[in-house]
Amino acid sequence: MKADPKGVLTGSHYLDGDHACCEGALAAGCRFVAGYPITPSTEVVERFSARIPRVGGIFIQMEDELSSSIAILGASWAGVKSMTVTSGPGFSLMMEHIGLAVMLETPCVYVDVQRGGPSTGLPTLPSQADMMQARWGSHGDYEVIAISPSSPQECFDMTIDAFNLSEQYRTPVFLMMDECVGHMTEKVVIPPADKIEVTPRRYTKLPPGKYLPYKPDRDLVPPIVKAGDGYRFHVTGLTHNEKGYPVMSADCQETLVHRLVDKIRVNAKKIIRYEEEKINGADVIVVSYGITARVAQQAIELARKDGVKVGSLRLVVVWPFPEKRIRELAGKTKAFVVPEMNYGQIVFEVERCAAGRAATFLVPHGGGTTHNPEDIYKKIMEAAG
Amino acid sequence: MKKEHPGAPLLRMDRIPHIWCPTCGIGTTLNCLISALSASKLDLDKVSVVSGIGCTGRGAGYIKLDSFHVTHGRAIPFATGLKLANPKLKVIVFSGDGDIIAIGGNHFIHAARRNIDIVVICVNNFNYAMTGGQVGPTTPLTANATTMPFGNYEKPFNLPYLAESSGAVYVTRWTALHIRRLTGAISETLNKKGFSFIEVISPCSTIYARRNKLGDGLSLMKFYHDNSEIKHGANTRDVNIEFQKKIVVGKFVDIEKPTFLEARDEHYRRVLGEKYQPYGGIG
Repeated sequence: MKADPKGVLTGSHYLDGDHACCEGALAAGCRFVAGYPITPSTEVVERFSARIPRVGGIFIQMEDELSSSIAILGASWAGVKSMTVTSGPGFSLMMEHIGLAVMLETPCVYVDVQRGGPSTGLPTLPSQADMMQARWGSHGDYEVIAISPSSPQECFDMTIDAFNLSEQYRTPVFLMMDECVGHMTEKVVIPPADKIEVTPRRYTKLPPGKYLPYKPDRDLVPPIVKAGDGYRFHVTGLTHNEKGYPVMSADCQETLVHRLVDKIRVNAKKIIRYEEEKINGADVIVVSYGITARVAQQAIELARKDGVKVGSLRLVVVWPFPEKRIRELAGKTKAFVVPEMNYGQIVFEVERCAAGRAATFLVPHGGGTTHNPEDIYKKIMEAAG
Repeated sequence: MKKEHPGAPLLRMDRIPHIWCPTCGIGTTLNCLISALSASKLDLDKVSVVSGIGCTGRGAGYIKLDSFHVTHGRAIPFATGLKLANPKLKVIVFSGDGDIIAIGGNHFIHAARRNIDIVVICVNNFNYAMTGGQVGPTTPLTANATTMPFGNYEKPFNLPYLAESSGAVYVTRWTALHIRRLTGAISETLNKKGFSFIEVISPCSTIYARRNKLGDGLSLMKFYHDNSEIKHGANTRDVNIEFQKKIVVGKFVDIEKPTFLEARDEHYRRVLGEKYQPYGGIG
């Protein structure tokens, strides 16, 4: 399905990542945003609050992130594409409803413009230290989808991808930005509406009485309904059967949680996205994501000038993680170098998949600014031996 | 001949028996809601019920409408999203005092302040019953609770006063045995625009009554009813509840005020003129 032209600001613009994210949401058909101000994400909701009365939709500034993160679920069950936007401290408060969104299988998008932590940390400066929180932050077992843009253009494009994936898999999707891409201003090209693909909601074709809210299709995703259409359905955060009714048993837990996890795992091949460059024959492969992928590029070029065969693998979708690809590459390369703006998160995934068949080197950074390319370069040289 | 429960058309009979204890007031309250809905002219396909967590929070699971059992304390912000995204829906929050007033207290006052067009039915049984009888923000002074084993020394909220001062346009209180009056109040709120608040005083037979040696649930239900004094239009400042004393009931507030969406619409029409795109939901 093509985008609704009402929300699409076709043209060539000079935008920061936060504003580009807002335009991506509008282009994707998002017509409900609930948010709470927090640096460095606030510009997304500021722009949305100015744009939406002229597009047709709702913005509400809620009393906190707890309420923002569930108001979007209410809106989604009214059939409206919805999003909330935050940064570290707010993301921590939203964990409760990320679990509920997973459990109710509610399409929605959570944007985290990452800043330095823990706690209040560095409100105006970047980090990539919420990557594991996105994966594991809410209690219980689940799988998520998380995307990591590295430019304002990608903030636009990947916000649309986030909405499309959330509709396709009836799951919350995270756009894991950081302060750097959020506040960096670059050229952003917004295509005409008829060039933008949006995934429509997967409504059931069954009539009331025949429909079961959690009876999955073959891809393990159950078709959905919305409030007000006569289905008189029930959904609950309790462990539930296909009818949506609570069932407190190990069997029901196994059936439900297994499917929720498999819904992403089985479809991972279709969700995973990464970009490779000069991977064949590389002695060292730099695995990076987000803004750090751009910083790493300079280090890679410096090392190549020194004659080192360096390849690059940029994670576009970080969760689900491309386990299979890293395993394949581990048998071919000597080492992985993983620069990230944290003290080690995604590097553990790389290390796990490499399983000792290739060395793994972290280039840590506490956040506050991006890496110095020199530090990544040194690690590449060390890894190349 | 097998007789059907009169509320059966609006109950999920495949989920009965419910979890509520005999002589608990939540069931009678849900019955009043069902009676009011059945008698109303509303298109019941367009009515949604949202509950949080706790004994009363199970209400959404038994009523046969679009119904959402969400997280603890967050029924109101879920309902806010649902209502704003589709203004054609009638949205009812059915939950308990701990859920709405303690963990959800901040959402309660802000939804009232914004005059979000929802009905909030708060069953107040003076304690956290599902977790075994802990003290709550509504527990009367001196009442015993598992986490106030020597009696409560925290002053409770006066819910009608809190609701009115936060901005609610309709505020009423009844006990779970005021069946006709409670049903009538719910019926009024179904036709009312704006944030409506109904407090229902309910006996908790198994936990609160037993712990405080107040007899069985039925006696306590009757006690609340018989010790209530109907004072319509009472100043909500004066309706606080003391342990086993008189309970002032009645309709305290019934005013008109623009809802969140009406205020928004009026404002944008004025400041944005033709550039404003009114929003009425989808589908």
